[in-house]
Amino acid sequence: MPKVKIPRKSTTIDMTAMVDVSFLLLTFFMLTTQFKSDDSLIVDTPSSISEIKLPDTDILNITVDAAGKVFFSIDNKNFTRERLLAKISEKHPELQFTAEEEKAFVLSGSIGVPLKELKGYLGLEPEDRKMYDQSGIPVDSAKNELGDWIMQGRISNPGVRITINGDQRAPWSVIKKVMDTLQDKNVNKFNLITDLEADPNKLKGI
Amino acid sequence: MAELAQQDSGHKKGKKKGRKKMSTKIDLTPMVDLGFLLVTFFMLTTTFSKPQTMEINLPVKEPIEKPEDEPGVKASKSLTIIMGEDNKLFWYMGVTTDPLEGPIGTDYTSEGIRKVLLEKNATIDGLIVLIKPADKSVYKNVVDILDEMNISNIQRYALVEITPEDMDLIKNL
Repeated sequence: MPKVKIPRKSTTIDMTAMVDVSFLLLTFFMLTTQFKSDDSLIVDTPSSISEIKLPDTDILNITVDAAGKVFFSIDNKNFTRERLLAKISEKHPELQFTAEEEKAFVLSGSIGVPLKELKGYLGLEPEDRKMYDQSGIPVDSAKNELGDWIMQGRISNPGVRITINGDQRAPWSVIKKVMDTLQDKNVNKFNLITDLEADPNKLKGI
Repeated sequence: MAELAQQDSGHKKGKKKGRKKMSTKIDLTPMVDLGFLLVTFFMLTTTFSKPQTMEINLPVKEPIEKPEDEPGVKASKSLTIIMGEDNKLFWYMGVTTDPLEGPIGTDYTSEGIRKVLLEKNATIDGLIVLIKPADKSVYKNVVDILDEMNISNIQRYALVEITPEDMDLIKNL
């Protein structure tokens, strides 16, 4: 009895289509990507129905974490951070920053140390800086360094938009101090960063 | 075009020397591997959703010279919301010393404060909401209430500093 011949099929498949798809995705992600900033701060923002998107640049951000510590950050469009640090050392002649410290300041994310600790903080190795327990920028009425930061930040980049990125559990007393500081500096319009939440009015419409 | 085709065939003839025809197929697997590796990398490092923001405008801080200059609020049209510690919430109508209605404790759900706000906003023309967060309240409470203003479409509201009288009022609730 003759054996039934099963035609042998090649195991290789045409990969071209797969390559097409993978490179399409690759291109898409490469063009839309925006790298996560290297911030060790974890802030769980409250949610709201507001849908205003935040621009990427010209942002002066004040972060308040759950413990009520205040942090300051500004984006580095057109070397804003370099100018800001120059302004600070101009105002505080005792703080003379080295080139390395300036570089560290430009590359670091949020700053949350009092001015007198700033030089030491920037002088640390990058790994140590991440581990450093930042005590927050003082906002007390007796010694309000946040006001200085805001002033110098606005001088460094006049078109800056000010945002408050507060944690859900941040005490109101601290947020109030931050808002009072902003009002003192004649900043009466600012944005609160929130997560998106469904608008019940729109849900009803569906 | 015809010329081109002819040239082509001529070329073939010249190749008759028995040279081996190389396959044009190459193994694309490493390329796919690399492609997907990069896709994964970009997918994991990307941040897609830009943060949402809520815009608020505070009044210009100006020293009020005479107490009479302070803008008055009609008692019958003012609703005060007090945020206490541990997510407690109270509201009353009218002035602190002599509330027309309340103070009544409520919560942040859609059945709580939102119902009150919608009802008052529908019945009272020109309702003014005064938001008074106590020092022990948290940031989320304030954002939630500001959000409720947007949801209930209340046009006039203000963040006001809490007074000791307010604290006394809610102490026993």
